Amino acid sequence: MSNPFTSKQPEGPLAEKWSQHKFNMKLVNPANKRKYDVIVVGTGLAGASAAASMAELGYNVKAFCFQDSPRRAHSIAAQGGINAAKNYQNDGDSVFRLFYDTIKGGDYRSREANVYRLAEVSVNIIDQCVAQGVPFAREYGGLLDNRSFGGAQVSRTFYAKGQTGQQLLLGAYSALSRQVANGKVKLYTRTEMLDLVMVDGKARGIVTRNLITGEIESHSAHAVVLASGGYGNVFYLSTNAMGSNATAAWRAHRRGAYFANPCYTQIHPTCIPVSGDHQSKLTLMSESLRNDGRVWVPKSQEDAEAIRKGEKKATDIAEDARDYYLERRYPAFGNLVPRDVASRNAKYVCDEGRGVAPSGLAVYLDFADAIKRDGQKTIEGKYGNLFAMYEKITGENPYEVPMKIFPAVHYTMGGLWVDYNLMTNIEGLYATGESNFSDHGANRLGASALMQGLADGYFVIPYTIGNYLATMPYDKVSTDHEAFKTAEGEVKERIQKLLSIKGKRTVESLHKELGKVVWDYCGMSRNAEGLEMALGKVKELREEFWSNINVLGGENELNMELEKAMRVADFLELAELMMVDARNRDESCGGHFREEHATEEGEAKRDDENFAYVAAWEWNGVGNAPTLHKENLEFENVKLTQRSYK
Amino acid sequence: MKLTIKVWRQKGPKAKGGFKAYSLDHVSEDSSFLEMMDQLNDQLVSGGEEAVHFDHDCREGICGMCSMYINGRPHGPMEQTTTCQLHMRSFKDGDTITIEPWRASAFPVVKDLVVDRSAFDRIIQAGGYVSVGTGGVPDANEIPIPKKIADEAFNAATCIGCGACVAACKNASAMLFTSAKVSQLAMLPQGQVERKERALNMVAQMDEEGFGACTNTGACAAECPVGIDLTNIARLNREYFGASVSTEE
Repeated sequence: MSNPFTSKQPEGPLAEKWSQHKFNMKLVNPANKRKYDVIVVGTGLAGASAAASMAELGYNVKAFCFQDSPRRAHSIAAQGGINAAKNYQNDGDSVFRLFYDTIKGGDYRSREANVYRLAEVSVNIIDQCVAQGVPFAREYGGLLDNRSFGGAQVSRTFYAKGQTGQQLLLGAYSALSRQVANGKVKLYTRTEMLDLVMVDGKARGIVTRNLITGEIESHSAHAVVLASGGYGNVFYLSTNAMGSNATAAWRAHRRGAYFANPCYTQIHPTCIPVSGDHQSKLTLMSESLRNDGRVWVPKSQEDAEAIRKGEKKATDIAEDARDYYLERRYPAFGNLVPRDVASRNAKYVCDEGRGVAPSGLAVYLDFADAIKRDGQKTIEGKYGNLFAMYEKITGENPYEVPMKIFPAVHYTMGGLWVDYNLMTNIEGLYATGESNFSDHGANRLGASALMQGLADGYFVIPYTIGNYLATMPYDKVSTDHEAFKTAEGEVKERIQKLLSIKGKRTVESLHKELGKVVWDYCGMSRNAEGLEMALGKVKELREEFWSNINVLGGENELNMELEKAMRVADFLELAELMMVDARNRDESCGGHFREEHATEEGEAKRDDENFAYVAAWEWNGVGNAPTLHKENLEFENVKLTQRSYK
Repeated sequence: MKLTIKVWRQKGPKAKGGFKAYSLDHVSEDSSFLEMMDQLNDQLVSGGEEAVHFDHDCREGICGMCSMYINGRPHGPMEQTTTCQLHMRSFKDGDTITIEPWRASAFPVVKDLVVDRSAFDRIIQAGGYVSVGTGGVPDANEIPIPKKIADEAFNAATCIGCGACVAACKNASAMLFTSAKVSQLAMLPQGQVERKERALNMVAQMDEEGFGACTNTGACAAECPVGIDLTNIARLNREYFGASVSTEE
């Protein structure tokens, strides 16, 4: 048996690794595929595409989502676009350039072979989606249109107004629906995975709760694919959907799957600022807006102060009294610097007292020049729905006054550790899309999440899972097996425990409190001392949770408070791991900014000698220190440099 | 502001439901409608009463999960706005707000304001796709599509599947939902091959689910939170009629 904790990157030149690997992998005869069952948890881009593609190949797929329909998965909310190295614009793009931009954008903390494969299959994704009837934006000649995104100097982003995620997800959902109709996918909606079941060291099934009836059920299979998204909601306030949670991944972690780089979280620079205590979530304004919007704050603190007090308006600030700080500091990339850089700079100017909302935590994103240049109609055509959404939320018209934006938690680069085949260190357990740690390093570039989700689901897992299943016997494990019964018992016990505490605190209030601690000490910037203190606070909150929570309602009915309680319980453990990881990574890289490690210009300062590795953590029980496993990153095709977007 | 929230409470699918009124104070004008509901639930749970169950997820107006019938209108008083995007500045201090679930026999109530909309999934499963498998498809730019057509198809494709059209319709018809998908694919070259069967099969499924007939009142389009146009229903009628009288296989 080979060591499960090796990346399994194929040998050979970078550009040939994936082709060679595809040839070397074992195949399952078409007639034998129907003898294998595969479970897919999550029906977003990564899950729906994987479930549909594997069903097309002939595997029996069971697909699970906690929402009432697969189409609700949070991929639907992605706005701006999807990258692909098509070079339709003749502007110098190539697979290698997309690979290079992604590695560099991730601040050299991702695996070369994975990222190259991602860039390679990106071109197939666009073909696939168009064939499904995804109505991408087009030019007058009928060909596909592109726009630019942060961290790139070419236009390689395909889009459908500000609703690209919706259109791509509905495409994947349609492919999934076709397989449901064909009887190759059995769909379980409003069903949440609450545990992973292992038999003889291999992932052989899951335990779920039917959210309508409360029934605890077991499902057995030959392999399990988690496509359950990211853990941004650990921060309470994020751009994630309210239901987005880490439970599937976290339960797998507790069963032995390593969790990699949990401290890498992406703070998106362009979100609508927090307006008050009542707020339940934050809303993103697509990065694509930075194509035409200019980010600025007043040069002087006095002007900013006057704006905060309502004595002055943005339009009262003369052109030469404005500081277009991204254009000033990064002339080459301007407003299109990567997300981590844009977010950090917004924080710096607000820390300097130049923020523009009453809270002091906002900067302007101004379209006046673009409207003057291209006309309001053109801008409306590109961003109409985003402008309308902004107005609904804030009550201000962005065609007339600049938008106010501030960074917010948006995406988590960390996730379950996977090898080149997207298999975790548990045999037969795979993780795809945002739920794995794989391709974005310490910072994800805009329009790359959709690309990765669909790459994993359409073009990677259908190949790599066959290589595993080919070695598996056909025989099924009965759900009467002791391992299933034990897991079911543990799930039921946990539910009983939560319902029986009958304390004084609502789940919501504790989640809010946890979110604030994580944001304050493990958010846009971190330091060792703060992390140490926050670790203590998280432990206290966890104790408070398990002794003083009040969950009403019963277990055998739709009980959303109970659902939330189980998710928050897992966040309370995950938050600790994030902080342990952030404390261990004594360098700055991408979205992980340790205040102790900044360049003179305030950029993230890496320590390649000591930290060019993936930190994969092994669970040792609640409150016990996890074990660190290091996967060293080797770079043969790019040179590690200080990232520069000047 | 201070509000009276009159909300439909129903313990389960078979239980008898009824309105219950709650008084809620200190609601911020800047909070969204669902944040107001969060505040109500926090108050209820703190007082030992079970939270009002309602569907919601993205809170950005795109997932289609939120589904409240507010003061007699699906998604409330603002045009082209989902419940999650509705903000309390649309209401006045002292208002009584009445909240019900979607009401349609094809959308049975699960609990409180939560309904079962799986019928929509089954309509899509009946033909709301292009039958292409993964791989082996032509280059994305191989078939140019006029911008005007691509844009029209996009407009139809923006349906969020919330079911407001059904809730708004006196017949609880699902024509707007079904027509949006049929139109999108009928307009695009990729959708041509299965065009006829698609229209026939999706309409058949719609009928089987127990949605009512369309009498062209236009209430669906008027209440649609993303502005799906009534033209789509005209397109569906044409597609369905054409497919019904066609002798081709």
